[in-house]
Amino acid sequence: MTLLRTFIASLVGIVSAGAAWAEEGGYPNPAPGWDHLWNEILIDITVIGVIFGVAAIYMLFKFKAKSPDDVGSAKKLSKAQAIAWVLIPSAIFMADDFFLAAKGWDLWNVYRNPPKDAMEVKVTAYQWYWEFTYENGVTAEELVVPAGKPVVLRMTSEDVIHSFYIPKYRVKEDVMPGRVTFVWFLPEEGMAIATCTEFCGQAHANMPVEVTGVKQAEYDAWMTEMKASAALEASTNKS
Amino acid sequence: MTAQTATAESTGFNWKEWVFTTDHKRIGVLYLIGSMAAFVVAGIMALLIRIEQSTLGPTIIDDPAQYNVWLYFHGAAMILAFLIPGLTGFAANYFLPLMIGAKDVAFPRINAFSIWLFYAAIILALLTFIIPDAPDIMWTGYPPYSVTSPGNTAFYVFTVHLLGFSSILGAVNFLVTVIYMRAPGMGWNQLNVFVWTTVAAFGIQLVFIPVLASAVTMLLFDKYLGTHFFDAAAGGDVLLYQNLFWFYSHPAVYVIFLPAVGILFEVFASMGKNQVFNYKACIYGGIIGICVITGEVWVHHLYVAGMPDWLRIGQMVTTLLISVPVGLIVLSMWGTLWRASITYNVAMLYAASCLFLVLLGGLTGIPLALTAVTIHLSETSFVHAHFHFIMALFSAFALFSGIYYWFPKMTGRSADSPLAVFSFWANTIGVNVTFWPLFIVGVEGMPRRYWDYEMFPQFEPYHQVATVGAFIIAIGMATTIINWINAAIRGPKVGENPWKSKSLEWTHCPSPPGPGNFPEDVVVADDWTPYDYNKK
Repeated sequence: MTLLRTFIASLVGIVSAGAAWAEEGGYPNPAPGWDHLWNEILIDITVIGVIFGVAAIYMLFKFKAKSPDDVGSAKKLSKAQAIAWVLIPSAIFMADDFFLAAKGWDLWNVYRNPPKDAMEVKVTAYQWYWEFTYENGVTAEELVVPAGKPVVLRMTSEDVIHSFYIPKYRVKEDVMPGRVTFVWFLPEEGMAIATCTEFCGQAHANMPVEVTGVKQAEYDAWMTEMKASAALEASTNKS
Repeated sequence: MTAQTATAESTGFNWKEWVFTTDHKRIGVLYLIGSMAAFVVAGIMALLIRIEQSTLGPTIIDDPAQYNVWLYFHGAAMILAFLIPGLTGFAANYFLPLMIGAKDVAFPRINAFSIWLFYAAIILALLTFIIPDAPDIMWTGYPPYSVTSPGNTAFYVFTVHLLGFSSILGAVNFLVTVIYMRAPGMGWNQLNVFVWTTVAAFGIQLVFIPVLASAVTMLLFDKYLGTHFFDAAAGGDVLLYQNLFWFYSHPAVYVIFLPAVGILFEVFASMGKNQVFNYKACIYGGIIGICVITGEVWVHHLYVAGMPDWLRIGQMVTTLLISVPVGLIVLSMWGTLWRASITYNVAMLYAASCLFLVLLGGLTGIPLALTAVTIHLSETSFVHAHFHFIMALFSAFALFSGIYYWFPKMTGRSADSPLAVFSFWANTIGVNVTFWPLFIVGVEGMPRRYWDYEMFPQFEPYHQVATVGAFIIAIGMATTIINWINAAIRGPKVGENPWKSKSLEWTHCPSPPGPGNFPEDVVVADDWTPYDYNKK
C-alpha cells in the first residue's frame, strides 16, 4: 500500500513539475516546455529499451545450445496465461501511451494558443528566401523582434511548400501556397537561425535567415530606421 | 518425373528457362537479383550523399541539383525497388508456397508477368542517370515542387505505376494461394508466422496501393496535362497529395516491417528449436492489429503541415496505440528465445542484431508520435535516423538473415563462412557509427535533405563520423555479396535440412526443390505446427 502511495505521489510529482516551465515573464514558453517533455520521454524510452535490451542479451547468452541435438524447453501457455500475456502488457503499453499523450497534449495547447497580445508578423516564402512584413507595413528580409514579447508568425508561400524552422525556439510549421499557417515563440535576446525544412528545390539548403531578439528600445530604433529607408525607397521610385 | 532429376543443377544453365519461367522459385531468385541490383546502385548513392555532407560547403559537387537526384534515387530505389520486392517479392515468392505445401502459386503466369513489370520499373528508374532532366523530387514527390520542378516527374510516376501494378497482381496471387492452396489438413493456426506476415503485407498492398497510384497520376496530370488538383491558385489543394501519399506510404512501412518480422520468427524458432511464444496473440493481436490501425495514422507525417488540430491530436493517439500490436509482436519474439536452445550461425547473428535495431528504431518513434515533440524534430536528421533504424536497417538485416537461413534451401550449399561473419560485424558496426550521430545532430536541429549546412558548422564532425560509418557498411555489403556469389558456386554442400527445422520447406522437399517442389503430396496432421520442437 505504501508502495502504491509512493508511486502515485511520484506520478503526481512528475505531472506538477511539468507546470514549472509554463510561465515566464507572465507568458507561457513552449521552448523550455519542449526540453522538459523531451527529457521525460528520453527517460521513458530508455527505461523500456534497457529492460528489453538486457532481457535479449541475457537470453541470447543464457540459452545457447549445449549440444546440437538439444531442443528448447519452453512450455506451451495455458489459455489463461496466453490471455494474461495479452491483456497485462497491452494495459501497460496503453497506460504509457495515454500518459505520454496527455503530456504531449498539454504542451501542444501551449504551442497552438499564442498569447492574445502577441506581436504579429507576416511571413512570405519564396524560392529561395523569406520576406517578413510587420503590422505597420514595413517589410524586411530578416526577422528582428523585441525580446521577451511573444511573436506570432502568420505564414504563406508564393510558390512551392517550404517550412519555417527555428531550432532554438523549438518551432516549425510548413509554409504553403493557398493556406496560412502559424507558429509563435517567446524570443530571447540574441541571434537564432531559422531554416527551411521542407524540400523546395535547388537552393533548399541555402535559405537560412537570422531571427534576432533585441531590447525594446533597440527594436524601436531599428523600426524607425526601416521606416525611413522604406520612405526613401518609395520616393526614389516615384521620381 | 521425380523432383531429384529436375533440380536446377541437373539441367544446366539455359537463359530461356529463366526469362520464360513461371516457377515461383525462379521468379523469387529473379526478384532477389533485381532488388539487390537496386540496393547496390542506391547504396552507391548513399555513399555519394555521405561524402558530400562530410565537409561544410561543396565537397565533390557544386551543383545541388545533382545531390537532389542522388537523394531521390536513394530513397525511391531503396524502398520501392529493394525493400518491398526483396521481402514480398523474393522471400514470399520462393518460400511461401513451400511453407504451405503448395506446388506453385495460384496463377504462375501472372506471377511471371509481375516480375517482368518489376524489371521494367527498375530499368525505368535507372534511366534517371541517363536522361538530362532527371527527377529531383525526393521519393515523396510533393507538389507543387514536383509539378514546377525542371526534373522529369513522369519517370517517377511511371515507375510507381509499374511497381504498384506488379504488387497488386502479386497481392491477389498470394492471397488466393494461401486461401486455396494450403496442404490438406493445414488450418490457419498452423501457418508459419512468415506466411501470416506476408498475407498481411499483401492485404495492405491491395487496399492502399490504388490510393498512391491515384495520387501520382494526379501529379502527372497537373504537370503535363494542365489540370489543377494541387494548384492552390486555381482552386486546388497542395495538401491533398500529402494526405493521399501517406495514406499509402505509412502502411507501406508495415509492408516492409511485417515480412521482416516473419523472417525473424522463422530464424529464431529454427535456430532456437523452440515454439513461437503466444502464437495467437502474435498473429491476431499483433499482425492483424497492425493491419487494422495502419490506415488511421498517416497524419503523423503531416504534424507540421497545417492539418486541423483535432486531426493531429486524434492521430497522435492512434499513432501511440501502434505500440500495442507492435508490443505483442515484440513479446512473442522475445518469448520465442525464452528457454530456447540457440545454435549460432550467420542467420542467427543477423536476427539477434535485429532485436536491438527494432528497439532503437521503434522507441525513437515514440517522441515522433507526439505532435508537440515532432514540431521540433520533424524533417530533421532525427527522423532520418529513426526511419533508417526501423525500416531500412531492421528490415534489411532481417532479409539478410533470411538469405543466410534459406541459402542451403536455394542452392544446396551453405553461405556461412569467416567472410560472412566478418561482413556481419562490419555491417553491424557500420550502421551504428552512421546513424547515432544523426540522432544527435537531429535533436540539435540539423535539417534533412541539405547538401550544405554552412549555418550549422558545429555539426561537421558528426557528419564526418557518419560518413566513416557509411564506408564501413560499404565494406560489409561488398564482402556480403562476394560471399553469396562465391558460396552459390563453391560453398560447402550441406544436407537437405542443415538447421533441423520443422518447417515444411525444410522437412518435405529437396534442396534446391525441383519443379512441383515436393516429391510427394504434402498432408499435415491436425496437431502439426511448423514449430513443434518441444511439444509437451
